[in-house]
Amino acid sequence: MAGTGTTSGRVAPGADGGTAPLTGGWQAVTAHWLAKYRRVWFGTAITSFLSPLLYLAGMGYGLGMLVDRGAGGIDGVPYVVFVAPGVLAATTLQVAAGETTFSVMGSIKWDRTYHGMLATPLGVRDVVTGHLAYVLVRLTMAAVVFFGVAAALGTVRSWWGLLAVPVAVLGGLAFASCCYAYSASLTNDRGLALMFRFVVMPMTLFSGTFFPIEQLPGWLQPVAWLTPLWHAVDASRTLVLGTADPGGVLLHVGYLALWAAGGYLAAVRVLHRRMVV
Amino acid sequence: MIRARGLVKAFDDFTAVDGIDVEVRPGEAFGFLGPNGAGKSSTMRMIGCVSPPTAGELTVLGMDPRTDGPRIRAGLGVVPQRDSLDEELTVEENIWVYGRYFGLPRRLVRERAAELLEFAQLTDRARSVVEPLSGGMKRRLTIARALVNSPRILLLDEPTTGLDPQARHVLWDRLFRLKREGVTLVLTTHYMDEAEQLCDRLVVMDHGRIVAEGSPSALIAQHSTREVLELRFDTADHAAHLGGVEGVADRVEVLPDRLLLYTPDGEAAQSELHRRGLEPLSALVRRSTLEDVFLHLTGRTLVD
Ligand SMILES: Nc1ncnc2c1ncn2[C@@H]1O[C@H](COP(=O)(O)OP(=O)(O)OP(=O)(O)O)[C@@H](O)[C@H]1O
Ligand SMILES: [Mg+2]
Repeated sequence: MAGTGTTSGRVAPGADGGTAPLTGGWQAVTAHWLAKYRRVWFGTAITSFLSPLLYLAGMGYGLGMLVDRGAGGIDGVPYVVFVAPGVLAATTLQVAAGETTFSVMGSIKWDRTYHGMLATPLGVRDVVTGHLAYVLVRLTMAAVVFFGVAAALGTVRSWWGLLAVPVAVLGGLAFASCCYAYSASLTNDRGLALMFRFVVMPMTLFSGTFFPIEQLPGWLQPVAWLTPLWHAVDASRTLVLGTADPGGVLLHVGYLALWAAGGYLAAVRVLHRRMVV
Repeated sequence: MIRARGLVKAFDDFTAVDGIDVEVRPGEAFGFLGPNGAGKSSTMRMIGCVSPPTAGELTVLGMDPRTDGPRIRAGLGVVPQRDSLDEELTVEENIWVYGRYFGLPRRLVRERAAELLEFAQLTDRARSVVEPLSGGMKRRLTIARALVNSPRILLLDEPTTGLDPQARHVLWDRLFRLKREGVTLVLTTHYMDEAEQLCDRLVVMDHGRIVAEGSPSALIAQHSTREVLELRFDTADHAAHLGGVEGVADRVEVLPDRLLLYTPDGEAAQSELHRRGLEPLSALVRRSTLEDVFLHLTGRTLVD
């Protein structure tokens, strides 16, 4: 029986002169989420491979045929080439929303895993950082797979296009951190459904993903400029087309970084208020 | 190990813990006994350094939770009132990921997880997902998980609530073992038998205050008589029989379904009632318990 083994050398980590590290830090939180992800990775891998194929086949070639025949493409490029970087950025937005809504609320309210984490040396900052680092891993995987498929279909026209991957990932992270803060502030899941319907969905449709925002009514254009998605889409698109100018891309990236940082600070604050009472 | 002076926890305008003094010594099993809402969990959460005290002094493992929270938590094992297991992971994965929160090396965590699962009698379920496990199994897993960092203090908030009697006895046995190995146990309960079995010393809490303190036997000796005679009558209102039993016992408590007569000698009291011609439906002599202490101190029963 474990009587002696479990409890021999009963010394608190950190109390023994500091040889053992005191905490696993945010990496331990990321490890937890990855352990969970291991159970479902296959399904999401298939999804992230198939969905660009379907999107690009259906939207790009099917719908593209009409657009290209009627208007000669958009700004002189075939529709599929136009839409691919848009859907790339929209995909990371979806992944970001998927990984920072129900899982955040569940960890607070349902299976209470955050309560378990905070009873250890980990702090609120570790919990948020570790969770978002896991989201970053997921975003990167989704973006890389999407980009690979899009490139294989010949929709990437410049080597600069490779940079669209980190840009789309940053776009996803910018939304993820804000979405995290929002989810952590909710007391029930009705707000999550609303967010998908009235934020994720419209943003996906109207941020230049499927058509240039110049097509929007004039008053809506500034709204599109505010969304992180438009910046991710626009930067990715110019990179993929090889028409990027460094200043423009840097502006987009800076704006997205601002969202990511602001969302992170808000998330830490909100979760602290929620958990440390 | 733990020292609190005038410890207060307030939520908005509600005071859950209202200035308590507590001292827990190394190696002892210390209990908080009290009814729902007494402030037991609020106290445990402050000791566990997840809930900042509103006022008062608190020292845990010689450190101040306000400044040394992470360092203190590194030396604690926490079994919260509500399980916080990851239901999607397997039993062993739950311990693995938890061990990493403490920065323990992976190999050590795996070794310890195997031992702890043995200790919690969950070895044969090690690879099952947690979600479908029974409440008792989840509870045992929560306890096993809390031991992964070899804590010096184990905080148990209602460790056996919701368990069947056999599972409770298994758990008590495990807790005894830990105690023998020198782990300081701090637990809350509203089961008096649990408190009597496990605790060297305990405090009785009610409405955020401590109403009595001592070893179970000392508390019983101080606040109750040696024996209790329980009488049930065929009546809607047991208070109606107060007159009949007057003078038979030191003290009488009226409960909705019975009368409790406190006396050093239950048999003698019973013969006296018989002599008076009183015919209760049932009469039972038993020893005083902490339940009686609680009833005396607060006028209420523990388990409602
Ligand atoms: N986060 C909170 N916000 C507001 N009130 C709270 C909060 N947590 C606890 N309380 C209140 O504090 C009081 C004491 O609660 P606590 O959970 O400490 O009691 P307890 O002794 O553990 O009870 P139980 O036996 O039911 O677990 C209760 O009235 C509860 O409603
Ligand atoms: Mg409680």
